[in-house]
Amino acid sequence: MALPENKAKQKKVQLQICGVSKDFDGTLAVNNVDLDIYQGEIFALLGASGCGKTTLLRMLAGFEKPSAGSILLEGEDMARLAPYQRPMNMMFQSYALFPHMTVENNIAFGLKQDRMPKQQIADKVAEVLGLVQMEAYAKRKPHQLSGGQQQRVALARSLAKSPKLLLLDEPMGALDKKLRTRMQLEIVNILEKVGVTCVMVTHDQEEAMTMADRVGIMNAGILSQVGSPMEVYERPNSRMTAEFIGSVNLFEGELVVDEVGYVEIASDSLESNIYIAHGIVGSEGMALAVAIRPEKINISRTEPAQAHNKARGVVEDIAYLGSHSVYHVRLPSGFKVLASVANSNRQIASDEQQRITWGDEVFVSWSDSCAVVLYS
Amino acid sequence: MKAAAERKIWRPGRSLVIAVPFIWLLLFFLAPFAIVFKISFAESQLAQPPFTNLVEWAEDMLTLSLNLFNYKDLVEYDLYLKGYLTSIKIAFFSTVFCLLLGYPIAYVISRMPPHTRNVCLMLVIMPSWTSFLVRIYAWMGILKGNGLLNNLLLWLGVIDQPLAIMHTPTAVYIGIVYAYLPFMVLPIYANLVKHDHSLLEASADLGAKPWTSFLRITLPLSIGGVIAGSMLVFIPAVGEFVIPELLGGPNSIMIGKLLWAEFFNARNWPGAAAVAVVMLLLLVLPLTLFHRYQARDLEGREDA
Ligand SMILES: Nc1ncnc2c1ncn2[C@@H]1O[C@H](COP(=O)(O)OP(=O)(O)OP(=O)(O)O)[C@@H](O)[C@H]1O
Ligand SMILES: [Mg+2]
Repeated sequence: MALPENKAKQKKVQLQICGVSKDFDGTLAVNNVDLDIYQGEIFALLGASGCGKTTLLRMLAGFEKPSAGSILLEGEDMARLAPYQRPMNMMFQSYALFPHMTVENNIAFGLKQDRMPKQQIADKVAEVLGLVQMEAYAKRKPHQLSGGQQQRVALARSLAKSPKLLLLDEPMGALDKKLRTRMQLEIVNILEKVGVTCVMVTHDQEEAMTMADRVGIMNAGILSQVGSPMEVYERPNSRMTAEFIGSVNLFEGELVVDEVGYVEIASDSLESNIYIAHGIVGSEGMALAVAIRPEKINISRTEPAQAHNKARGVVEDIAYLGSHSVYHVRLPSGFKVLASVANSNRQIASDEQQRITWGDEVFVSWSDSCAVVLYS
Repeated sequence: MKAAAERKIWRPGRSLVIAVPFIWLLLFFLAPFAIVFKISFAESQLAQPPFTNLVEWAEDMLTLSLNLFNYKDLVEYDLYLKGYLTSIKIAFFSTVFCLLLGYPIAYVISRMPPHTRNVCLMLVIMPSWTSFLVRIYAWMGILKGNGLLNNLLLWLGVIDQPLAIMHTPTAVYIGIVYAYLPFMVLPIYANLVKHDHSLLEASADLGAKPWTSFLRITLPLSIGGVIAGSMLVFIPAVGEFVIPELLGGPNSIMIGKLLWAEFFNARNWPGAAAVAVVMLLLLVLPLTLFHRYQARDLEGREDA
């Protein structure tokens, strides 16, 4: 959630992951990951199930030993430290609250291990309980709490020791959809208040985008792209990332015109070339893909005035999604283009657009600059 | 609240399922106990059966005679008091030894990969496939003056005189701990194997060394298994007869032996019945109270 300018201020590296791999008897769960985490940022590891997110997180916490590479926290190598010696705390997906202890004792557990004086422990417990607004539940046992309350306690417990790094494994995994959205913002608020550096794991892209300052997309053990949510969404660096984050229209094609100020790409899916108003690195004849987000595609009944980047098609389906609708437009080549139209536009739009419905013949078009060229 | 509402619904299948063990207990536990209880108030006589009736009908008079003589005997001869104390002492320390031995065994087995785990469980249970009596006789062969153990130790040069283990309380302890160990291991194992491993990771993550994690997390969470195992060892050990009879000596006269002597040697059925009733009360009352207290305390621990 941090703004670009305050991110520039906090460029101090807190955690360095250098060439870390994990080999589980032949399967590379994590493959040569290099990553720097900056102080105070919330970083989300995002990827499909089984891509190695949890394994990477568990290596940070010390529960798994990397097969190769090193992990440095504030410059100190973590390899020789057992989990109980590492100055980082983890919030488990299942919360792992101690069922036989009260909320209070759960939170005090870590502080007691440091032999902190009793009064100081009590103060700290009260402080973090206040932070997550659970003061009223201090004497309860975990099984007397709702899922959302348990999550708050788990968060409080992992914050109590003021860790140098906070690890969250699928923090919202056990909550229902509505509570999830509320807790996402609340947790971000708490983390920012504390100012802790945080690495979280999730397979929910919306969650990653809402909560994180930067996200890392993982695919089959490889960290394929790292950037702010906006960068990753607007400028994906591979077909995989483009398809993983949000939906996308992906035109496979080849570079046919490569000039200084522009390029043209021919695709079997389209009758005319895709025109892109900037040069790219590549040579003519090279196979490429062009990604265009559905909300960048305009849909109209009359042919747009622009010379390039338009195609005729038939509306095959309209998905009404509340805030916006997605039109599925079938092109003569058989390719289906997704066009997303905000429903505020739909309401006040001209009669012409409002009347676009199933079976209508329409034009889809996009501007010269909104397409992203993908090499891999 | 949901559970409470569910409980009100009458389900015939459920009642039937509960009725079966209930009737079993009624027939084979409560009824025999009632008979023993009745006999304990009778008088011994040389007849068939060897005790008097409590209720007599003679000359139009119904007399109910409750003879408290047998209970008075128990208090007056300190032989009995000693017997009770010895039994409870031996049962208690046997339970402690079983726990000290059984907990680590159960713990190690619960941490093994599933395949080895089943093999080890088999090994724990397997001795029970042989007759109990035969196994105790085998211990006589091991422990006696020129038995296996002494010969081995002599041969190794650890000792130069045979140890006198046979017919001492030590032999009784060895026998009881050996015989009842599986009853300690199995409930503790069943408890430990269900533990959520992520709790230990959380504990380590919060800075607890492995030993602290064990003491603060694993041990308290397994207390249910420890109590179950201890009960399964302690209760039968108090009334144990065969082991002290075969392995023990005059210093370890347990209440089971006294009961036997009263019943078969003295042919005093009412006296033996009184010994049994008191033994049962001594065991059942505190254990019920303890169990009820523990059940309340454990409520929050088992689930969640
Ligand atoms: N202890 C293990 N032994 C062997 N293979 C493992 C082990 N743990 C994980 N793996 C494998 O490593 C890969 C990555 O697993 P990981 O749990 O990191 O995935 P993930 O990205 O967290 O997935 P999810 O979103 O489903 O939690 C998987 O193929 C998994 O089968
Ligand atoms: Mg995972």
